[in-house]
Amino acid sequence: MTQAEIKLCSLLLQEHFGEIVEKIGVHLIRTGSQPIRVIVHDTRTSLDQVKKALCVLIQHNLVIYQVHRRGMVEYEAQCSRVLRMLRYPRYIYTAKTLYNDTGELIVEELLLNGKMTMSALVKKVADRLTETMEDGKTMDYAEVSCTFVRLADTHFVQRCPLVHATENSDPGPPPPAPTLVINEKDMFLVPKLSLIDDTLALAGIAQWIELWLQMKVLPVQTPVRAHAWVAGQVPGTGHARGKGKRRRSSEDDATGEPKAKRPKHTTDNKEPIPDDGIYWQANLDRFHQHFRDQAIVSAVANRMDQTSSEIVRTMLRMSEVTTPSSAPFTQPLSSNEIFRSLPVGYNISKQVLDQYLTLLADDPLEFVGKSGDSGGGMYIINLHKALGSLATASLESVVQERFGSRCARIFRLVLQKKHLEQKQVEDFAMIPAKEAKDMLYKMLSENFISLQEIPKTPDHAPSRTFYLYTVNILSAARMLLHRCYKSIANLIERRQFETKENKRLLEKSQRVEAIIASMQATGAEAAQLQEIEEMITAPERQQLETLKHNVNKLDASEIQVDETIFLLESYIESTMKRQ
Amino acid sequence: MASRGGGRGQGRGRGQLTFNTEAVGIGKGDALPPSTLQPSPLFPPLEFYPVPLPSGEEGEYVLALKQELRGAMRQLPYFIRPAVPKRDVERYSDKYQMSGPIDNAIDWNPDWRRLPRELRIRVRKLQKDRSTILVPKRPPKTTEYKEETIQKLETLEKKEEELTSEEDEEKEEEEKEEEEEEEYDEEEHEEETDYIMSYFDNGEDFGGDSDDHMDEAIY
Repeated sequence: MTQAEIKLCSLLLQEHFGEIVEKIGVHLIRTGSQPIRVIVHDTRTSLDQVKKALCVLIQHNLVIYQVHRRGMVEYEAQCSRVLRMLRYPRYIYTAKTLYNDTGELIVEELLLNGKMTMSALVKKVADRLTETMEDGKTMDYAEVSCTFVRLADTHFVQRCPLVHATENSDPGPPPPAPTLVINEKDMFLVPKLSLIDDTLALAGIAQWIELWLQMKVLPVQTPVRAHAWVAGQVPGTGHARGKGKRRRSSEDDATGEPKAKRPKHTTDNKEPIPDDGIYWQANLDRFHQHFRDQAIVSAVANRMDQTSSEIVRTMLRMSEVTTPSSAPFTQPLSSNEIFRSLPVGYNISKQVLDQYLTLLADDPLEFVGKSGDSGGGMYIINLHKALGSLATASLESVVQERFGSRCARIFRLVLQKKHLEQKQVEDFAMIPAKEAKDMLYKMLSENFISLQEIPKTPDHAPSRTFYLYTVNILSAARMLLHRCYKSIANLIERRQFETKENKRLLEKSQRVEAIIASMQATGAEAAQLQEIEEMITAPERQQLETLKHNVNKLDASEIQVDETIFLLESYIESTMKRQ
Repeated sequence: MASRGGGRGQGRGRGQLTFNTEAVGIGKGDALPPSTLQPSPLFPPLEFYPVPLPSGEEGEYVLALKQELRGAMRQLPYFIRPAVPKRDVERYSDKYQMSGPIDNAIDWNPDWRRLPRELRIRVRKLQKDRSTILVPKRPPKTTEYKEETIQKLETLEKKEEELTSEEDEEKEEEEKEEEEEEEYDEEEHEEETDYIMSYFDNGEDFGGDSDDHMDEAIY
């Protein structure tokens, strides 16, 4: 991990979890996987503090552990996961746009707590929603569960690996740490819970089948049919759907997988939670896929028009389930299929659709490609190329904003022509030699452009060697990503500095607000409130306003830089996978 | 890249370089930019004004979310504050300031089945007056929950007082093994408050004396 990444991780951990967790986390990131005694010794913190910190980090999926030979447990930090903490607001906002407030709160609680069981999560979110509703109304658990089930179906939340149940065949002492296993098929199975009423009590398989059949977000009522079908086909799924409020139900075991913690049928007063041991976490990869799709659609909308972006959005939606997120291009879709799946409001004729598709396929950016002629034309979306174009566009815009539009012209020229000599650059860009030279060196010194040597003779004599300017997109993207990490670290530091500078003033204003609130609660007159408010003088108020404005600006900048980071990271990841 | 002044041995004349300068566009006799003698300034002057940040409903909502999340995470039990260093003179206000990991317990209840055994640590039960160790083998003490309901308002303050006074005791008594239960006898500890111990009802654990606890608040 680079120094810039480590610094950023340290700032993030400190801001969200405190200094002790930060110390342990950064130490683990720097040194790789280590057992607990070594951590205690190296960081010079007490064993209990290290234990606390590790519990918190493991709970939030930032550290994983492994049992090694001789029963030693080693802990390893995941630096890239720590950096995801920057993106939490974006994930929550996405959940809000897709699943309204309920979805937003579910994802927020999951991200804040790392992992939770479904029952605990539903209860917490329902209570939170009840607080915000008008008096007398309460949020129905069933509605929250329903939203949760939809989130699980569209893979936005996934199960955490389960504790591997070692049966009684293992007579020795229990292992020092449990091994966690997860089966691909079980990743999104929602357990049956008695919190939801009978019509929504779904067997996991029913949902799975429904998902494959419809490839859309499930409406609530249809799974009942699928359940009946499944109950008929697969033995063992027809659990007795008895009535009663607090019905205990065990997990669906139709798939025959060994379930980790089968809750026992007991009738003592402390009812065991039905989905005990099944924890859920937010599936960040799915969110990233969604962001990527959004970026592609908006790029098409900017380049062409609204209709073509809708077509691309439809194609991406259809490929959500069929294509893994790291594939270079989607599965081929025929023009007829696309026509059928267009959103209901859009009534363009088939010919118009075909024209749009041809236009998209002919576009030099190559977002959409034509892979065959059957079914009215088979079209794919080139995900890797699209990401490449987006990363390149980011690079171009950075060059333009930093060095000016003439530099940007040279940069685009070298990008297009791949390799150019000094003289050729001047000629093609139509910029005087001196200035062109200057600009090229500036970009060269910042590593946006690199030099490629091509020797004419075997002895690589300098006078007989071609020096060509070229842009290596991958390395330029990495360089820009590194700079982004540094700039976010700077932004966070500056924000903390500003807050610290004005700490006294902030505390004073908080106290005044608390006083005003308590006085209002006990019914004070306007004159008294006025007096209290005047405790903060006008220049101080001004200072507070400036502080708030600056902090908001710094925060907004962080969010913006994080978007660039996402694009660049996606591109780099996609390129590395293809190599 | 370009090594200036290093090639004295190979070429004659001053300032010979390893490559042909004409190839990169430095002609003969061209004025070169002055060489840099110091690292670049910390805040270099901006040539072009930066593009304004995107504003609008989405941007503002995400911004508000971000700030809210930051505040919320500080309040969660996962935020571990470092212990305040002991100052030279103990002050009265120290008792009433919430600070750091007062004792070696965590405030939330993780699923211990999923964690390595060596990470087991006490879970502080906020409702209880006393912090007893949560031992999975022993059955939970259900009798004490009845008393809890009476003093909900005072428990937090009480816990804080106790723990600061118990801190030194615990450091001696506590061992690294987790499955050990310790009982704290209240009268052993030196109380630094103005109230006598029995002002705050604390459930003693010597087997079912729950009815004797009604004699609280002896003024």
